[in-house]
Amino acid sequence: MPDNLLFAMEATLNGLTAGVMYALVALGFVLIFKASGIFNFAQGVMALFAALTLVGLQSGQVPFAHLINAIFGTRIHHFGWNMPTLLAIPATVLVMIGLAILVERFILKHLVNQEPIILFMATIGLAYLLEGVGDIMWGAEVKALDVGLPKGMSGAVDDLTFGWFGYGFYIDRLELWAAGIAAILVASLTIFSQYTKQGRALRAVADDHQAALSVGISLRFIWVLTWSIAGIVALVAGIMWGSKSGVQFSLSLIALKALPVLILGGFTSIPGAIVGGLIIGVGEKLFDFYMQPIIGGATENWFAYMLALVFLLFRPQGLFGERIIERV
Amino acid sequence: MLYREAGDFKTSYVADSQTFPIKFDRFGYYAILAIAFLGIPLVINDYWANSIVVPFLIYTIAALGLNILIGYCGQLSLGTGAFMAVGAYGSYKLMTAFPELNIIFVIIAAGVITAGVGVLFGLPSLRIKGFYLAVATLAAQFFLIWLFTRQAWFYNYSPTGMISAPTREVFGFPVTGPRASAVSMYMICLCFLVASAWLARNLTRGTLGRQWMAIRDMDIAAEIIGVNPLMAKLTAFAVSSFLIGISGALLFTVYLGAAEAGEAFGIDKSFLVLFMVIIGGLGSIFGAFAGAAFLIVGPVMLKLLLVNTLGWPTDLAAHLEIMIIGALILVFLIVEPHGIAALWRTIKEKLRLWPFPY
Repeated sequence: MPDNLLFAMEATLNGLTAGVMYALVALGFVLIFKASGIFNFAQGVMALFAALTLVGLQSGQVPFAHLINAIFGTRIHHFGWNMPTLLAIPATVLVMIGLAILVERFILKHLVNQEPIILFMATIGLAYLLEGVGDIMWGAEVKALDVGLPKGMSGAVDDLTFGWFGYGFYIDRLELWAAGIAAILVASLTIFSQYTKQGRALRAVADDHQAALSVGISLRFIWVLTWSIAGIVALVAGIMWGSKSGVQFSLSLIALKALPVLILGGFTSIPGAIVGGLIIGVGEKLFDFYMQPIIGGATENWFAYMLALVFLLFRPQGLFGERIIERV
Repeated sequence: MLYREAGDFKTSYVADSQTFPIKFDRFGYYAILAIAFLGIPLVINDYWANSIVVPFLIYTIAALGLNILIGYCGQLSLGTGAFMAVGAYGSYKLMTAFPELNIIFVIIAAGVITAGVGVLFGLPSLRIKGFYLAVATLAAQFFLIWLFTRQAWFYNYSPTGMISAPTREVFGFPVTGPRASAVSMYMICLCFLVASAWLARNLTRGTLGRQWMAIRDMDIAAEIIGVNPLMAKLTAFAVSSFLIGISGALLFTVYLGAAEAGEAFGIDKSFLVLFMVIIGGLGSIFGAFAGAAFLIVGPVMLKLLLVNTLGWPTDLAAHLEIMIIGALILVFLIVEPHGIAALWRTIKEKLRLWPFPY
């Protein structure tokens, strides 16, 4: 088999695993968009915030230590204990639920019936607010996140492909784990929304706010619920990206990468988010692989957006999205 | 004559279409112009010019441009940073290719180039809208920045990848490069700002502006009453990008002097200008001034207070600044979605009835 094809295949596989990571972020967007019609720009920052909180809790950092030190002239940094991961994750989930309640109480409640574009800009504001709070709470330096997931090259894949082609593919074990976790996440979200009472209420709200209200579903509770679930999805994404490349500000920029994913998949479709993520992941890796000699590297920065742009011209509602019908 | 007019006293169309229908406002406007052109140049020094006044003037031009697109035509754009970069790199290429060309023409030409690029990236707006369009403009943001950092032709193959502005003069005074004085930097930015504001104001109240607003309020209905959406949207993109390009060119040539696309014109610039427009007031010329003043002066004040007075570390102050800006955006969207300009309008309504409210 020619080397070039092998490299392309490896790039494709890497693209698939990277695509899963994008899809993880995109999932959170889809959840909130379906339930409240809000395009939540803050999803990436929520992932960053969740990861920061997790690391902070794990290492026993004092929240707002920096601020307290600046005001009172003290020198506190750590509580002096390390929280076990199994305890820190539920604690972070609680923080994310608290955040969901605060967002509903102080932001969403006041912005009912505003235009989508106003709500979108509000989530940009939320993203900045959360970024600042996260930095002040836990400090802005790059942190390593370790929750005990395996890392490094996957020996099994390497051996297997070496046996087949005489060339071992490099796949990070962490990304294989991410794929598995994403599959579990999607499965449990689907079961939740199809078979539980709250899940059905969620879908009812997504379908029609007023009709849902009239049959006695509490809109505010459902919003808290969705934002909590989105927070938990953000935590999962934050753990995966944080373990991969450290917890740092650039984590929040992956949220931007999720935008073209959503455009491809459609804003309202969970399978769409997965498929869109995979297409973007594979597309940008292959494009970079083939075009690098011709136009130079780092095309990953813009390829996804350009693909989305071209795609939008032909199918504005995405692959799996609902058809847009306009009335005057 | 502190304030007047509490009814409709207009007798001619000219009076009806005045920008400042109240005499007090009109004199106030002339007074501000006089102070800006005659007063401030006498007292301005390097510190004031560099930290507040010149950035304020430049960003106001960008905010005016973005306000035309978002506030008047309703097309959301997150590519402002990249369009400013087009202005900057356009002016750089022109300055180095034609050293004899006057800097004023260079900046205007950079604006025209940006307008062309803006129209190109505005084409998708004919089919898509809302945040779908926002993603399309993000494509512009990331693609253009990649182009300017990776393709060596744009920065004249300089080894650092930076572009730096050579010295250029207007009437014998250097306005760019290291020898430029605070006064000349201030004056060139002020002239461009006044011209831009005049252009924006007069375009938005004419046929074109009404077409934009019709498209913003409901595009299908606008099409039915005979507005050509192709022309309206593309002219909005062109005018908006023209102003943003001018501001980018000024930012690079006059203010920064040397720049690198990824650093100086990243996505945070797009958001900064967007926030100026939101806080100042969507669809208002005054709003662009108010928003730019708020977001330029605010952080400087905050830094003065926290770092210089209270002695806090700078990174903490920077984080607080991000947090406060985010919170302010939320507060403005919740309390006053039309920004500072709407507050100003309310005050003026009250003033008209003063001192005898009925």
